[in-house]
Amino acid sequence: MSRKVTRRKFMAGTAAGAAAAAFKFPAPAIAQAAPFKLGLLTVKTGPLAQGGIQMEQGVVTYLKEKNYTMAGRKVEFFSADTGGNPAGTKTKVQELVERDKVDTILGPLAAFELLAITDYIAQNKMPLLSLAAAEDMTQRRPNPYFIRASATSAQAMHPMADYAAKELKLKRVICISEDFAFGHEQMGGFQQTFEDNGGKILKKIWPPLVTPDYTPYVAQISDCDGVCQGFAGSNPLRFMKAYDSAGLKFPVVSGETGGDDALLKSFGDEAIGLMSCIPYTLDLETDGNHRFVDGMLKNFNTVPGQYAGLLYVNCQVVEAGLKALNGDSSDKTKLVAAMRAVNLTDTPRGPVKFDHFGNVIGDFYVRKLGKEGAKYGLSLWNKTVKTYHNVSQFWTYDEKKFLAQPVYSRDYPPLKQ
Amino acid sequence: MNPRAIALTVAAVLLLSVPYWVPGVYYVNVASQILFFAIFALGLNVLVGYGGLVSLGHAGLFGVAAYAAGYMLHLGYGHPLSIIVALVIGIASMAMFAVLSLRSTGIGFIMITLALGQILWGLAYRWISVTGGDNGITLHGRPAPFGFELDTANSFYYMTLVIFAITIIAVAIFVRSPLGAALMGTRDQPRRMNALGYYVWAIRFWACLFSGLLTAVSAILFVYYNQFISPQTLALTSSAEVLLMVISGGAGTLFGPIVGAALVVVVKNVVSGYIERWNMLLGAIFVAIVILMPEGLVPGSMRLWRLLWRRRAKAPAEAKP
Amino acid sequence: MPAARGVTNERGKPIAMSSWLLLTVNSVTFGGLLFLLSAGFSLIFGLMRIPNLTHGSLFMLGAYIGATFVGGMLGVRFNFWLAALFAALLVAAFGAVLERFLLRQLPGQQLAQVLVTLGVSFIAADFCLMVWGGDPINVASPKGLSGFLRAGPLVVPYYRLTIIVIAVIVAIALWLLLDRTRLGAMIRAGVDDPDMARVVGIRVSRLFTIVFALGAGLAAFAGIIGGPMLSAYPGLDQDMLPLALVVVILGGTGSLLGSFVGSIIIGFIYNFGQAMLPELAYFVLFLPMLLVLLLRPQGLFGRHVP
Repeated sequence: MSRKVTRRKFMAGTAAGAAAAAFKFPAPAIAQAAPFKLGLLTVKTGPLAQGGIQMEQGVVTYLKEKNYTMAGRKVEFFSADTGGNPAGTKTKVQELVERDKVDTILGPLAAFELLAITDYIAQNKMPLLSLAAAEDMTQRRPNPYFIRASATSAQAMHPMADYAAKELKLKRVICISEDFAFGHEQMGGFQQTFEDNGGKILKKIWPPLVTPDYTPYVAQISDCDGVCQGFAGSNPLRFMKAYDSAGLKFPVVSGETGGDDALLKSFGDEAIGLMSCIPYTLDLETDGNHRFVDGMLKNFNTVPGQYAGLLYVNCQVVEAGLKALNGDSSDKTKLVAAMRAVNLTDTPRGPVKFDHFGNVIGDFYVRKLGKEGAKYGLSLWNKTVKTYHNVSQFWTYDEKKFLAQPVYSRDYPPLKQ
Repeated sequence: MNPRAIALTVAAVLLLSVPYWVPGVYYVNVASQILFFAIFALGLNVLVGYGGLVSLGHAGLFGVAAYAAGYMLHLGYGHPLSIIVALVIGIASMAMFAVLSLRSTGIGFIMITLALGQILWGLAYRWISVTGGDNGITLHGRPAPFGFELDTANSFYYMTLVIFAITIIAVAIFVRSPLGAALMGTRDQPRRMNALGYYVWAIRFWACLFSGLLTAVSAILFVYYNQFISPQTLALTSSAEVLLMVISGGAGTLFGPIVGAALVVVVKNVVSGYIERWNMLLGAIFVAIVILMPEGLVPGSMRLWRLLWRRRAKAPAEAKP
Repeated sequence: MPAARGVTNERGKPIAMSSWLLLTVNSVTFGGLLFLLSAGFSLIFGLMRIPNLTHGSLFMLGAYIGATFVGGMLGVRFNFWLAALFAALLVAAFGAVLERFLLRQLPGQQLAQVLVTLGVSFIAADFCLMVWGGDPINVASPKGLSGFLRAGPLVVPYYRLTIIVIAVIVAIALWLLLDRTRLGAMIRAGVDDPDMARVVGIRVSRLFTIVFALGAGLAAFAGIIGGPMLSAYPGLDQDMLPLALVVVILGGTGSLLGSFVGSIIIGFIYNFGQAMLPELAYFVLFLPMLLVLLLRPQGLFGRHVP
């Protein structure tokens, strides 16, 4: 997991890069023989490390499987720890772009990190594939160099709301999520689709990001027939504990982070019955997924969740784009276009293609947490109960109308009285 | 020529020529960061080192000034007005901080500043209409004073260097001034100062305002450098970080905070690229400093230097240090 | 509109009766946990005047080590209570080493104490990340205590009630220690007047090591006791340290009664404040802390102004 770059290599790389820039070597033949430099912005220290460590594991699993070769070129991998704060992300992206001269960057993890560097990325024409779910990055303020193979905040919530209304027959739901943009956007998406299907959101509860004990918030949940939670990181664990400890029994549905498979080893029995809708599910029985999971188990002895899975998919997208250009990464604008044009079928998450904003159109899986089917030494398992195919960030809404309405936020859509 | 002047001249030459001897544009940017964090640390040092007042809420004030600048720019006002407003708001918030915090000293002061810093941090998250919540405020472009564009790393570095130089001179003047001497008096012997007729509270208050000015300056540089401001900047860990810069470098010295800032910025940004457990390394460095040079890197190194110097001298030393 | 039965939330709707009870019980539970966390900090600060900024990390270490013993990750599965005891002892030993070799060299040097305690907390946090990874670790409730007590509208897990019982037992034990033993008398003397204590012949340095170890062990014990409620995760130290500070400020440093009462009060403020004033959720703890610091800086039961 440590860097593959030594001081000497970096000096040589910088010198070569400076020389190339100075003399403007154009020949693609030379570019092809040169290694393809892949950068990763992740978080390996601090509270966000849970997802960040997995992101790196997903990339390394792919690179090891492919023997550090993509489209016939050797891959040099640069992993940068942003510390989970935007200033750190800015510094590290500069490190990757200016010092290491990478060709493509994966990450960062959090939306606020992404927002700090989006202008810089566009200015430097650097292809960026991130998990950060900020809606407007592919909607009202799109960045032409950005590709998202995971999901927007609401992309998994639209099908979840559809399932909750039609299959679970819920009518009166209380929403609860952390008080930040990712939580707001998730709940906004859930609300819109749920209310379109005849449901009603009674209230939305927003505990601050730093909340050791969720009981004061759980105490506000009553008089409904279901709960929608959008917690991320390790918070779903504590939420389900607090929820269970309060004796609440309403069905709980969640989005892509609320029931992540990486938490299966940490959840206790209180989470049984939790439903989630997610772009990557461990129980997808395809060759692509098995290869990935076996790789994770072999390399890291860890059962993966979506952070690892989706980064693996990102690598597949990068390689596919590179292959389409015969390994030529000299023109970054063309590289982004090639990556956005890919149409993959054998990824750990199933089919992947992109809309014209660079956001994925793919399958989303609704799963239920229980003991049935548990593999890989786990005692709990998320079992897929329904698959939604070809889900885009706009769900079934007309794109123009969707973009005309304000972005999902704390107050949008407003609660019906 | 005495060693001190030599050292200063060498340092000045090195700083002026940074873009020429560092191995890349990335490092020029790191140097800029060291400089404006050094300004932040110098500002905190006015209170911690010279005033004996430890603040764990300075990141809150830093954030207020940064947000003020960001919000003004976001509203469409020009750079000069935004900068002025940010400075004014920064100093005004520091004044409010001071009025509340100066009711105590010692651990009480630490706790009040911590509480105030946390309150400001919460405000940054909740006042979404102004701060944008955790999405933050994105800036577009830097000012161009007197026609000099600051968009490149080198130009921004030199601008920062100029402001940094002014800051050091300002702090040096402050320290040598009667106000500075009075401040250090209130740090060492508050009751005696009181008995001598000094108005201790007012001395501390003016020191706070000076600290607030420096904090606001560094915040403005920060927000122009990053082109982005978000609530993480006001977190308790940020306040702790700048305090650690001051203490590890040497509180109460002129160059201590600068060395401390360089230490933290370099470990966080450069060393972290080579060592995965850089957080542990940083902690270990702090512990090592406490064991070997508890007064800080700068005073500790000078002490070591003098020790070596004295060992070298065969006759009783008459050379000036 | 009919007279509201009890408290209403921000939209004018009455909070359900069982929510009232739930919040009350949780206030006492959370308060109990806070007492276990902050008692050590209060002792250390009261006696040694050291702001032990490592305290949150000691709590986290206790949670992780305890979780490891309970979960049987070292090949042996420990009984929950034994695991808690072992974790507390291990961390107490660590605390003793910390005091003896690092803090003892810095009497009265507050800045250096801040630097070293923060430095150690960085090391501890990264150590936990290195050893246990980024994923949260669940701690199961001890056997026999995993059910619910049902009394009318009230539904409470047995374990949360147990936390209250444990907090009371520890409080009594600490009180007996301070009030009835020689060690306790020495500690109280040291808190009141360290110089006089030395004059009278109390080995203050050794006392310091013992008290620091005790404080550290208490924090770790709190960490594992809180495990079934909070789990062990990266960032737990940063979440809990401000709470300890708030309690100690409110209750007064060096006062056991202050820690106890302060913890319960903060438990109530934390629960009812966040439930009833969600708009102020970020400020619900620090505004009262600020008020106390401004109006009564020695806290409720503190001996002297900090």
